[in-house]
Amino acid sequence: MASGDKLDGAQLIDFYRRMLLIRVFEERSAEQYMLGRIRGFLHLYNGEEAIAVGAISSLQPTDYVVTHYRDHGHALAKGMDPNAAMAELFGKATGCSKGKGGSMHLFDLEKRFMGGHAIVGGQLPLSTGFALASKLRGDGDIALCFLGDGAINEGEFHESLNLASLWKLPVLFFVENNLYGMGATVEQMLAFHDEIYKFANGYKIPSVRIDGMDVLKVREATQEAIAHVRGGNGPFLIEAMAYRFRGHSMADPAEYRARSEEERWRMRDPITTFGASLVDGGTATQEELDEIRTEVEEIIDAAVQFAEDSPFPEPEALYDDVYGGM
Amino acid sequence: MAVITYREAVGRALREALQDERVFMMGEDIGRYGGAYAVTRGLLDEFGPERIRETPIAESGFTGAGAGAAMAGMRPIVELMTINFSLLAMDQIINHAAKVRYMSGGQLSCPLIVRTVTGGGASVGATHSQSLEGWFAAVPGIRVAVPSTPHDVLGLFRAAMLQEDPVMFVEHTLLYSTRGEVEDEPYVIPFGRADIKRSGTDITIAAYSRMAVVAMRAAEQLESRGISAEVVDLRTLSPLDSETVVESVRKTGHAVVVEETWYTGGFGATVVGLIQERAFDYLNAPVGRVAGEEVPTPYSRYLEQASIPDEARVIQAVEAALGR
Repeated sequence: MASGDKLDGAQLIDFYRRMLLIRVFEERSAEQYMLGRIRGFLHLYNGEEAIAVGAISSLQPTDYVVTHYRDHGHALAKGMDPNAAMAELFGKATGCSKGKGGSMHLFDLEKRFMGGHAIVGGQLPLSTGFALASKLRGDGDIALCFLGDGAINEGEFHESLNLASLWKLPVLFFVENNLYGMGATVEQMLAFHDEIYKFANGYKIPSVRIDGMDVLKVREATQEAIAHVRGGNGPFLIEAMAYRFRGHSMADPAEYRARSEEERWRMRDPITTFGASLVDGGTATQEELDEIRTEVEEIIDAAVQFAEDSPFPEPEALYDDVYGGM
Repeated sequence: MAVITYREAVGRALREALQDERVFMMGEDIGRYGGAYAVTRGLLDEFGPERIRETPIAESGFTGAGAGAAMAGMRPIVELMTINFSLLAMDQIINHAAKVRYMSGGQLSCPLIVRTVTGGGASVGATHSQSLEGWFAAVPGIRVAVPSTPHDVLGLFRAAMLQEDPVMFVEHTLLYSTRGEVEDEPYVIPFGRADIKRSGTDITIAAYSRMAVVAMRAAEQLESRGISAEVVDLRTLSPLDSETVVESVRKTGHAVVVEETWYTGGFGATVVGLIQERAFDYLNAPVGRVAGEEVPTPYSRYLEQASIPDEARVIQAVEAALGR
């Protein structure tokens, strides 16, 4: 455990609850997608929950989080109301973005969740901007920027790391390496694929590779990285090894990878393994964990009901929020 | 009233803007070097390296950093050395800055000013001579200003600073040394107000940026031929002041639309479209269009001149529209 991060039982159980909230949100989203209530693209985060929860729980509320299109987990971990998130997926007026954004474009300014951004790599320059604003104002906030292994191939990754390093910007780049960019393996698409975190060193940014399936390891590494970043030492990069249990999106049966590979990773499910460790360590009983699942399911079922009951945006809303006032 | 250059007008506007501590600038060689067009000369010494930030040659990276800082409450001014380089920042401008207000249901805004330089005529070849401002004007969520005089530069830049949305502030490479009067008091030219640069009764010439200057010179020559041309300078492409254009055409009954970029897909087609929709019954002849030749801009001097509209071509189009 990182120095200064003494977690009590209640906090550990809270991590479990937060991960489970994301998992159940995704399970229910998939069901609603199959029912046709959620349309377009739906990219699920199943399997990567330890990253969102371990990393974001280490932040201050005023720190910025920005991410890619697989954004439900990060949004919920940053505190977005599940009702507003689910309603957005339904395209309802009560959604966080009033139904204008959809699954890939969740935003919650009050929580400083600065968006799901659906153009691969596009969130990286924005993250340096959030960090620059904070640095210029001297308000001490940092930016946490999630990206996938696929984004390493984009020029914006390299431009942003360089700028962040040159200007010592308070930004933590967090690579979720889930081994696939849509259907292509990281080996196929990235020449220097086996040690992605070392790309950072080319920009004189310290970096580390960690196990992204273990919430406590993610938390520990993030806290160390944050101490570096908030201390005015410039950016840091974490590469977390992880796996998405489902296809790239709901439209993807993942025929490009072996079921045996999926099974191997599912054995390391970040929620079940963490739950088992809580029981083994005497922090919680299985009954308590079951109760948490029931509570979480109630929250998400209520979110689905809220989304279902909410109105679609009125036609008059079409031209709202294209431009601001003068 | 003082007479200053277009370049000095931009510099003055920037100095004014920098009085607001949320404002800072980013761009390539805007510091020590003073900017590729010498617009930012002296700003580094006056405002320091924290606020006059020289960037690596990474247009998407620093334009996106500007967009992010704007979303986080700052008022950044980004300089893209020429509009041709905006192509390297297109993702940040179109997919991020222009979309974030709408896609966030109005939660976020991106008051980012991107200053850039458009136009040909400087013998710098096809990759450095394009006029792409119309592309941005076609995207909801962005504002586009295209000043033709020092007076308009100052007034429009002040208005740009009041916008809550991304603004492409598009200067013209051949206008920097042109001179003009500016008022001493701090006037603002609101976006969406075209300017009748010259009143006339026989025909309306609608143009913007350097082509508004070309249209003015053409109008002077037309006067000696007994033709009274009204020159409407659009000043902003988004929002577009359709009212002033339509009113002018209703008065004159004839129109020619002039722009520097290519005919196909040019912004002028949009202006012609609104004239036929809203002033058709007032028209005595088809609306004429003058646009750049549909070639990559050539380097060699005389070939390049042949590719860009000039007074002679505007006069020719006016006379054709008037049946002379």
